[in-house]
Amino acid sequence: MLFNTILLALRDIRRNVMRSVLTILGIIIGVGAVITLVTIGNGTTAQVTGQIASMGTNVLMISPGQHRGPGQDSAAPSFTLQDVQAIRKEISSLKAVAPVVSANATAVAGNKNWSTSITGSSNDFFTVRNWIIESGRTFEQAELLTGRAVCVVGQTVRKNLFAEDDPVGKNIRLGKVSCQVIGQLQEKGQSSMGRDQDDLIVMPLLTVQRRFSGNRDVAGIQLSVEDSGSTEQATEELTILLRKRRHLADSEEDNFNVRDTKELAAMLTGTTKTMTALLSAVAAVSLLVGGIGIMNIMLVSVTERTREIGIRLAIGAFEHEVMLQFLTESVVLSSLGGIVGIIIALISSYGITLMLELPFLPDFQIIIIAFLFSAAVGVIFGYFPALKAARLDPIDALRHE
Amino acid sequence: MTETAENAKPPFIRLRGITKAYGIGDALTYALHGVDLDIAKEDFVSIMGPSGSGKSTCMNILGCLDTPTSGQYLFGGLEVSRMSRKQLASLRRYYLGFVFQGFNLLNRTSAIENVELPLMYRGTPAKKRRELSRQALKIVGLEGRESHTPGELSGGQQQRVAIARAIVTSPAVLFADEPTGNLDTSRSHEIMELLVGLNQEKGITIVMVTHEPDMAAYSKRIIHFVDGHVATEKEAV
Repeated sequence: MLFNTILLALRDIRRNVMRSVLTILGIIIGVGAVITLVTIGNGTTAQVTGQIASMGTNVLMISPGQHRGPGQDSAAPSFTLQDVQAIRKEISSLKAVAPVVSANATAVAGNKNWSTSITGSSNDFFTVRNWIIESGRTFEQAELLTGRAVCVVGQTVRKNLFAEDDPVGKNIRLGKVSCQVIGQLQEKGQSSMGRDQDDLIVMPLLTVQRRFSGNRDVAGIQLSVEDSGSTEQATEELTILLRKRRHLADSEEDNFNVRDTKELAAMLTGTTKTMTALLSAVAAVSLLVGGIGIMNIMLVSVTERTREIGIRLAIGAFEHEVMLQFLTESVVLSSLGGIVGIIIALISSYGITLMLELPFLPDFQIIIIAFLFSAAVGVIFGYFPALKAARLDPIDALRHE
Repeated sequence: MTETAENAKPPFIRLRGITKAYGIGDALTYALHGVDLDIAKEDFVSIMGPSGSGKSTCMNILGCLDTPTSGQYLFGGLEVSRMSRKQLASLRRYYLGFVFQGFNLLNRTSAIENVELPLMYRGTPAKKRRELSRQALKIVGLEGRESHTPGELSGGQQQRVAIARAIVTSPAVLFADEPTGNLDTSRSHEIMELLVGLNQEKGITIVMVTHEPDMAAYSKRIIHFVDGHVATEKEAV
């Protein structure tokens, strides 16, 4: 009996190709849109999170002056190496602290040149910013103390000056300074702000101070806190310590600025979450539109179907057989549409994430919800008009206009 | 026929005081007021009458497609007027066949699949189903048109597919509501000859509604309906 009913339902699907295709299409669009959009949203969130992690976690950046908005930084004395020493001694749960000075220069190697930024610091800089040495080495103590002209290059610099060659051991010229490359850094990619993080050259602090800035100032201090520690507490300790070292009276404002990358991370994650919510809303609309499409097709065919039900009843079909047939038909159509929708969505979102260089992260919960919603719409609007018709006297169903 | 003889052996089909009302309250109208009718096995009855005389309503009740408002309907000794919907469906499935004026075939479905449909509901195995359907189509003269859909067939051919569908189950009674209503004269005579043949060779009881005297002339008996009841009854020539 059941087999017979399924056979009848399959026959009917084949017979009404157009209606079947349109129904399936509605479900495909609904399911497909939701899954694609949510998968892309997930990928974006994951990428932003990854970029934040690549900047270094639990990083605090200290700069002199007070940031009051774009272009309104107040002038203030810079830091000294003694400040760095004091921070290293007094801040609890400190992982690493590095003094930072920077300069801009055009790097020349052979017949190629590349304009980039130079960071002068210690080996702690690599720890603070989560840099990994891909090949070569970091600075030796002697190089740091004497300010030798050695450097570690980022991947963008390496690509522009040496193409695919190994840069370690080669010389580059930075302005008037000739400098030996001792190592290269592993690629990090773009930062969440769109800046190329790999476009840098790191040299010993003293080298940059002497050859580029021409003074002993430390322009900034970067430090990272142990995973167990809190950046909030470290910020508080830093503020007290620096205020004391910079002899600020209680009435005076801070003349330095401590920035927490966690705040930045929170802000960026918030933005991505909003975007994902927006995408989901659009997706929900497509699901609804798909559902209305299914509904229309099903309701438009009710007249024809009611007559068909009349015929079936007249030649001896039982009410429950007719209903079972229509239920089977709706379930088969809806699941078919759902499965095709999921496959298309997975393929297209895989393609899009590949194109946008996002991680491919399908959300199985959303896949199931979208599938169930479309299937429910298909089943409800395919089945209930049939149920109503099957309860008529056969002659009324036959006469249905 | 005496009262005692009637009680001893009730006819195949018996209607007593059948009424059918439509609407409610002041709008209540009767399509049938108290129809009494007996039909014997292997009879060929034509029901005639003007539009609105209740002839189709009566046939739909006879065919268990519609239910009477009141009255008694006996089919082979069974009390049809007290049957459930499922019992009525069983009766249609195993004993009755229908031919409609508008053919009522499934669109986009081949002739043979249309004919097979009642057998599917009976649970006849696929091979037997095919075989019986081919035979039925052969009887109505549609050999070689098995895979045509109704849209690809003429009106007469469609009606013959409908007849094949009605007789494929070898029903006890075949009901035909204006089977020639949509056909031209020569096609109509072909269909009527087909029905006469089925009645004589297979012993199928036929009840036919028509308003054409020419067609009614093929039957054994003609019943006239006027205003919802049987007016006169005369033996056909």
